[in-house]
Amino acid sequence: MSITDFLTDLLNPDLAFLPKALAIAVMSSIVCGVVGCYVVLRGMAFIGDAVAHAVFPGVAVAFVLQGSLVLGGAVAGVATALLIAVFSQNRRVKEDSIIGVFLVGAFALGIVIISQAPGYAGSLQQFLFGSITGIPDRDLYVVGGAGLVILGLVLALHKEFVAVCLDREMSRAMGLSVFWLDIVLYVLVTLAVVISLQTIGNILVLALLITPAAAARLLTDRLGLMMLLAPLIGGASAVVGLYLSWSYDTPVGGTIVLVATVVFLAAWLFAPRHGLLTRRWGRPGVPGAGDDANSSPCPALSPTT
Amino acid sequence: MRALDVEGLDVDLGGRPVLRDIRLHLDRGELVGLLGPNGAGKTTLLRAILALTRTRGGTVTVEGKPVRPGRSEIGYVPQRHEFTWDFPISVDQAVMSGRTGRIGLLRRPGVADWRAVGDALDRVQLTGLRHRPVGELSGGQRQRVLVARALALAPRTLLLDEPFTGLDMPTQELLGDLFTSLAAEDRAVLMTTHDLVAAVDSCTRLVLLNGRIIADGRPVDLQDAEPWTKTFGVSHTSPLLKLVRAT
Ligand SMILES: Nc1ncnc2c1ncn2[C@@H]1O[C@H](COP(=O)(O)OP(=O)(O)OP(=O)(O)O)[C@@H](O)[C@H]1O
Ligand SMILES: [Mg+2]
Repeated sequence: MSITDFLTDLLNPDLAFLPKALAIAVMSSIVCGVVGCYVVLRGMAFIGDAVAHAVFPGVAVAFVLQGSLVLGGAVAGVATALLIAVFSQNRRVKEDSIIGVFLVGAFALGIVIISQAPGYAGSLQQFLFGSITGIPDRDLYVVGGAGLVILGLVLALHKEFVAVCLDREMSRAMGLSVFWLDIVLYVLVTLAVVISLQTIGNILVLALLITPAAAARLLTDRLGLMMLLAPLIGGASAVVGLYLSWSYDTPVGGTIVLVATVVFLAAWLFAPRHGLLTRRWGRPGVPGAGDDANSSPCPALSPTT
Repeated sequence: MRALDVEGLDVDLGGRPVLRDIRLHLDRGELVGLLGPNGAGKTTLLRAILALTRTRGGTVTVEGKPVRPGRSEIGYVPQRHEFTWDFPISVDQAVMSGRTGRIGLLRRPGVADWRAVGDALDRVQLTGLRHRPVGELSGGQRQRVLVARALALAPRTLLLDEPFTGLDMPTQELLGDLFTSLAAEDRAVLMTTHDLVAAVDSCTRLVLLNGRIIADGRPVDLQDAEPWTKTFGVSHTSPLLKLVRAT
């Protein structure tokens, strides 16, 4: 399908769900890209995973009761995030096994709950793999509003989040409340996951959080740039992914994640300073970080041919 | 008024006594070495001074006032491995992160903050590398980033935890000179170290610690073997004694 056909479909009133899905996919990718930067830099992907699983029973309850899926997921996810934050303060408890137990248990609970609803097999598939149809208008505003709140909090607390990422001990000595900053960050991750569930699906949402941020990390050594690149990569993957999924009738969540994965692989191979290929056949004199000590570590490998 | 005053400090960790009856004073201009074997409680003492760990008894005052995290005129240089060195951040921003608490919520660094960072970088001679990502620094340069981060708050008391570990001799000497001149600029500097030679050489006073304070005096006054063997649990023929020129 050509780009113009896609644009025509987007504007076709009979296909009103398509622009809605696009808007939600792009908004959630942007939010996930920004929040994902902290997740990647702090190496807390497991929390994204735990939360993604734990929101499932909340979503299931909301489904059975015909309530807002986003709201149900948010409640369950935030509860889990708080539990993890409390547990992970005490470094003597191995939090990963506790999370493992909770998370699979929560997921099982979700499956049992949702099996009570008539015709659950189809909805189960929607939860797991995402879907672009059947998004209520209300969710558009919920996702947009939640996205703005998340980005606003990131902007407001960025300096503090960075300090805690860099050095928890020093942050405590500076009088920062590390515990509360952790909780806020976990809740932000949860909300980012929840608003993305609808289109991407439960299983793939972690990729939306991690992949764009990881690709951006490969591309730059500057945090500010990374936090611009990650939502850009995420947003672009959402647009391209939705286009491909619409054209070739592939599942939307999977296609978006695959596009992001391709971007990640490209960054891994061709990133200006750290790419596998660029490093190997690296050009000397790649702009350094503002000082003159960045000579190629291995000048003999510089291309002469 | 004393820069730092610790009186009768007791600390328990995990239900076990770690520090007992610690009495320690620092005046400005002093560079004090805190020496003791692994597990002696050196890091615990620094954390107790910073009010980062709960104490069982005793008092800690800095400039005559009880310590409150973020409020006291006290700089801290934790061990190097506490810092996330692979974080995508430049040297000057890493130093600025030391002022996060002082800048306060919802504020951005202002002119005064950047000037403080510039001064701190000058002080540790890292100005030329200020835009370099911290992940691309050597061990000695990293240590200087941490010192600059503490100095960015212009503290009058400085606590350093094992600043020499893993550094070669020239770098140790450079840092030792830096700490000496920081103390000479009317600061009180307390540093833990396992480098006994450097400590005997450059510190104005040494404190030997092993759960309690075993000795406290100028290096020339600590030439008896007794306090050293007691602190480190070594025999009277240990090469450690030759190292510190005690007999
Ligand atoms: N969180 C903790 N819970 C229980 N005990 C602890 C804890 N942290 C440290 N300890 C114990 O307290 C004692 C003092 O530890 P500390 O880290 O202060 O020693 P140190 O003198 O800094 O040693 P090193 O030279 O190895 O750094 C040790 O015996 C240690 O086992
Ligand atoms: Mg220690």
